[in-house]
Amino acid sequence: MPSVIQTAGLRKTYQLAEPVHALRKVDITIEQGEFVAIMGASGSGKSTLMNIIGCLDRPTEGSYQLDGTEVSGLDRNQRADIRNQKIGFVFQGFNLLARTSALANVELPLVYQRTRRFKNSAKRAAECLERVGLKDRMDHHPSQLSGGQQQRVAIARALVNQPALILADEPTGNLDTKTSLDIMGLFQELNAEGVTILIVTHEPEISHYTKRCIEMRDGLVVADKQIENRRDAREDLANFTSVTSL
Amino acid sequence: MKLLKLLDVARQSLLKNKTRSALTMFGIIIGVAAVIVMMAMGTGAQKNIEERISAMGTNLLMIRNGTNQRGGISRGAGSMRSLTMEDADAIRAEADLVEAVSPTVSVSGQVIGAGQNWFTQTIGVHYDYLFNRSWDLFEGNMFSDSELRARSKVAVLGGTVAENLFPDQSPIGLSIRIRNVPFKIIGVLDKKGQSNFGRDQDDVILIPITTAMFRLSGGRKWVNDIYASAISTDTAEAAEEQVTEILRRKHKLVDGQDNDFNIRTQTELTEMFTSTTQALTQLLMWIAFVSLVVGGVGVMNIMLVSVTERTREIGVRVSVGARGSDIMIQFLIEAVALSLSGGMIGVLLSWGVANFMQNSQGMTMIIESWVVAAALGVSVSIGLIFGLFPAYKAAQLDPIDALRHE
Repeated sequence: MPSVIQTAGLRKTYQLAEPVHALRKVDITIEQGEFVAIMGASGSGKSTLMNIIGCLDRPTEGSYQLDGTEVSGLDRNQRADIRNQKIGFVFQGFNLLARTSALANVELPLVYQRTRRFKNSAKRAAECLERVGLKDRMDHHPSQLSGGQQQRVAIARALVNQPALILADEPTGNLDTKTSLDIMGLFQELNAEGVTILIVTHEPEISHYTKRCIEMRDGLVVADKQIENRRDAREDLANFTSVTSL
Repeated sequence: MKLLKLLDVARQSLLKNKTRSALTMFGIIIGVAAVIVMMAMGTGAQKNIEERISAMGTNLLMIRNGTNQRGGISRGAGSMRSLTMEDADAIRAEADLVEAVSPTVSVSGQVIGAGQNWFTQTIGVHYDYLFNRSWDLFEGNMFSDSELRARSKVAVLGGTVAENLFPDQSPIGLSIRIRNVPFKIIGVLDKKGQSNFGRDQDDVILIPITTAMFRLSGGRKWVNDIYASAISTDTAEAAEEQVTEILRRKHKLVDGQDNDFNIRTQTELTEMFTSTTQALTQLLMWIAFVSLVVGGVGVMNIMLVSVTERTREIGVRVSVGARGSDIMIQFLIEAVALSLSGGMIGVLLSWGVANFMQNSQGMTMIIESWVVAAALGVSVSIGLIFGLFPAYKAAQLDPIDALRHE
């Protein structure tokens, strides 16, 4: 089985007044079933790396294999198709379509599928919403849902195409502590079921719920270590709730 | 992406901003309605003219005397006195592309009957004249061949004359005096109404041409006009050439010499009268079309605003796998939905306006189905043309920037 992500000598240079080296030489390998946090301050290059891993952008140099496919040289349309088939995005600001039901939001990636992998897209979307615990909220619009529920809809949307990788960019950035724990618990559950997850964050606490933490600074990977004493988000949530209810 | 999905997305986004969509459509509505109403007016006027001209008689050839010109001074239409009875006989005998040849002689003067008097035009005609002019009798008969040969003093009255001289009774069998010569009334003509020139065509008395020439005009040789009917509309032009050839031969005109007569066909008359109407209609059409284009610019404006407003949405769609072409089609469909809805409302509006003008102003308004189809087609094209740039802009958005857009 190929690695989900394998990059070699990844560079990204922006040609501004003087060249900005956002990524200098990044070699990362992420295997199927991993749960990885990419940490770093702003300007560390983590966003650039996430855009390239998410096939939203292309590296200036280097190779990037996603699920065994070399994607660094693909054009716009090919990258759109790759995103559609292999990647599920979760954003900080949820990025759901307003005035569109939760079900239709989750169905959105399947609307653009070209392979007809999922014949009954509504049924598939409903399954995913059920998986994230929103079975009874399918017809609700984003404005009728809480922040945590909206992020669950976004996660269901990321799951709907059975992607090789879920890519989450600061998924708890807009949420309070309790809801953040709740969402991290959901990610842990999904990972336990075998879903590969990559979270980009600048909060060290979040990385404690993952299995591996990659730290970046100035466009380079400066640390890459397995998480010891991994925390359980569900346990923490239970403790947190009992503490606050006192 | 499925068409139904696209249409639903378009519908939702247009309904989301009802006021804005309605105002945008307004330009298209007015433009389409204006174009259709102008066309309906033009077509109606055209039909009116055609009806009046064909009321003059079907496939009519009007042969008139030429215009005399001496020393650069033109003496007016028909001043030449070149046409004669013999010309009419020759045409009747030789031209196989025409039927029913009728020379005419006009005599105007005071007419007295039943104690009333009336100034009118008396025309000496061949009995075929009624065929030439597609004219029927209201009552009585036309004079016969023997009455024509015998120079009989019989008369057929036009409706206006009959009404004025004999307001309360049928004039058949009664007598009138034309230039003091007594005539027996044998028939009354159907009413034809006004001619294109605004003249009352029913203010006329028809008598045998022989009578007019020898009993009222003291044996004149020339005739005013010769009416002839082409045997079909298709051969009207050939008939005109045939008659021209016969008359040139009869009048001994050599090559290079101008005709001393002229022939008007119905087609020419129709063209003459419709060209002005058409020019006016075309002018108004262009103005209406310009308003339609301005409506299109409105669509483009709103679509550009919409693309900017929905940058985030575009970013989301692209991030989950929409290609540039998917985004482009989505926005094009929205633009077309906007302009086509406007077009359809415009069609309804034009129908209402046309009905109103027909009923209250008495104008003939004809909305042809192809005009409606064309107007809707133009609406779709306007949506496509003016939606193209905003849609292209949307499709070219960079997903990273689009997702970050506030």
